[in-house]
Amino acid sequence: MSEVSIYWLQQVLNALQLSSIYALIALGYSMVYGILTMINFAHGDVFMVGAFLCFLAATLLDLPFVPTLLLTMTGAALLGVLIERLAYKPLRNAPRVSAIITALGVGLFLENLTLAFYPYPQNVPTLIENINWDLGGVSLSSLQLIIISLSLTLMLVLDYVVQRTPVGMAMRAISWDKTYVPLMGVPVDLIISITFAIGAALAGAAGTMYALAYPVIDPYMGIMVGWKAFIAAVVGGIGNMRGAMIGAFILGGVEIMVVAVLPSTYRDLVVFSLLLALIVIRPHGILGQPRVQKV
Amino acid sequence: MNNRLSLFLKLPVLAAMIALAGCDPNAHNADTIKVGAIVELTGDMPAVGASSRNAAQLAVAEINGAGGIEIGGKTYKVELLIEDNAAKPDQSAAAANKLITQDEVVAIVGPNASLGAIPAAEIAEANQTLLVTPWSTNPKTTLNTTTGTPKKYVFRACFTDPFEGRVLARFIIDKLEAKTAAVLYDVASEAPKSQAELFRQTFEQLGGKVVAFEAYTTGDRDFSAQLTKIRSAKPDVLFLPSYYNDVGLISQQARRQGFDKTLIGSDAWSSPELVKLAKGAVEGAYFANHYAADSATPAAREFIAAYRQKYGKTPDDVAALTYDAMGLLFAALKAAPAPERQAVRDAMAGISGYPGVTGEIRFTPGSGDPVKSAVIMQVKGDQFSWVMNAAP
Repeated sequence: MSEVSIYWLQQVLNALQLSSIYALIALGYSMVYGILTMINFAHGDVFMVGAFLCFLAATLLDLPFVPTLLLTMTGAALLGVLIERLAYKPLRNAPRVSAIITALGVGLFLENLTLAFYPYPQNVPTLIENINWDLGGVSLSSLQLIIISLSLTLMLVLDYVVQRTPVGMAMRAISWDKTYVPLMGVPVDLIISITFAIGAALAGAAGTMYALAYPVIDPYMGIMVGWKAFIAAVVGGIGNMRGAMIGAFILGGVEIMVVAVLPSTYRDLVVFSLLLALIVIRPHGILGQPRVQKV
Repeated sequence: MNNRLSLFLKLPVLAAMIALAGCDPNAHNADTIKVGAIVELTGDMPAVGASSRNAAQLAVAEINGAGGIEIGGKTYKVELLIEDNAAKPDQSAAAANKLITQDEVVAIVGPNASLGAIPAAEIAEANQTLLVTPWSTNPKTTLNTTTGTPKKYVFRACFTDPFEGRVLARFIIDKLEAKTAAVLYDVASEAPKSQAELFRQTFEQLGGKVVAFEAYTTGDRDFSAQLTKIRSAKPDVLFLPSYYNDVGLISQQARRQGFDKTLIGSDAWSSPELVKLAKGAVEGAYFANHYAADSATPAAREFIAAYRQKYGKTPDDVAALTYDAMGLLFAALKAAPAPERQAVRDAMAGISGYPGVTGEIRFTPGSGDPVKSAVIMQVKGDQFSWVMNAAP
């Protein structure tokens, strides 16, 4: 392979790794918005708690990778359901602003709770043995392979659940109409809880993989990553799950490619300008449908 | 009812009055000298703050154990007031303000990282209070930003970035016989940014070539795009003037991408935490440092033994420099006619040579920057071993 193509293939791999983590988090934003038309701003902090759960499972319980991942996803799912039941459910009929402010409050609570236990950045142990494969000059690490393939698997499973199962059908039905769907015998509260559980479990999986790829974690790590995942969800069309995945791959791709072509100092400026331009052209995101306000 | 209510209202007021009486600034013991310390206890580099605090407390315990400081025929004990700046610029300025106006300290030691030392130094200069930073290498710390002349009240115990850049550039070209280098640095942090720029300048003056000059921003965790770019530029060495927590992430990601060239670091690497965070990815790397615990002078050995006994670990360079900054301050206090801010500052400026743990500290007249040598260290296992000395 020529040097130029090796360089670009390597950057594509970098972009895939970063984007798959963004995508898992973006899905949670989009699912909750789809069903409740509410932006769950605590979602980035659920991702952070996921990273800390991974750290705890790996250090205190000394677990290997697969049990750590399962435990983290379960813990995050429980946290998601708990947040919905305690903080959001009482406000379901309140003005939407109240719910958003509550979400911000839950996020701050999670950050400061973690800060109380771990005021210093923590070092996550290596759970996946590092192997580097040299594919004709392009370097692929075992961690990269696991992150990319696991994220794609989780996304395919989710897509199947939402498009092909009764639970998924109920989710889509509730997001379409909340007045008549309960009359058809769909248990709204249960379906909303399941939505939160799935979204949080994906954030937990993302937290685990992030903690393994970038093994220094701190209580504020969820803020920036959460924002970026939220932007990815908006770019893809918030409420649309395939859109969230596409948005995440666009965001991660642009982030990496801007550095690959331009001086790295301009990264965030260029990335966010491009995304802003995209939103101007397509206000509802790439796959989003304009919602008609019913009076 | 009314009475009970008014009692409830009065109680906190009464409690506050009692509390205030207890810490009335005029009521403190007249035989103590208050010294402030601003350290990075929380935030991105807690290991730096902990080392600095430990060394400052050790220095104060030693001087008080020896009876205190005699100034103008009267003996004073030293009282140390420690403030955390969370490794942030705004909190550093706030801590300096509090120590100067509220606690009325005679002088301040710290902050250590340049991003905090620069704003704190501005506050100290404006309030005409002596500030000695142990570890801040950025030239701006001791320079007046508007006139470009040296600040009057700010001194440091360490060498500066231009010197460090020269030492590293010369080491890479002469000893490692490398011709090309890449740089990856934090564009939003003062010391790493100035070290990166000054390194590029001197490395190219000495005949080397910087083939990649890449940046990231504080808080970034993914450096893969920059590292791929650096790898494809094929440098002989990679210079990473970042703090130890970032180096841990960058070095591991570089190795995962198959980058196997020598890594070069700055004095911001020297925390023992580095080896733990990098998990072997910095093995064999070289970095510039302020002192080497294994090639120390008798005075330094005494300090290292005392520090080990008290805290159970070998002092890193921040600890050694903080100890020297405290030592410089005590020397200035001893030479001053009275324990007052202006007198202490004047005595500090008059110090011609101080035998510190990190070597001889001499101030060039009219400047707060000392002339002193650096050492080059290499990471071997979980130890840093001494490679060579570099004279100014």
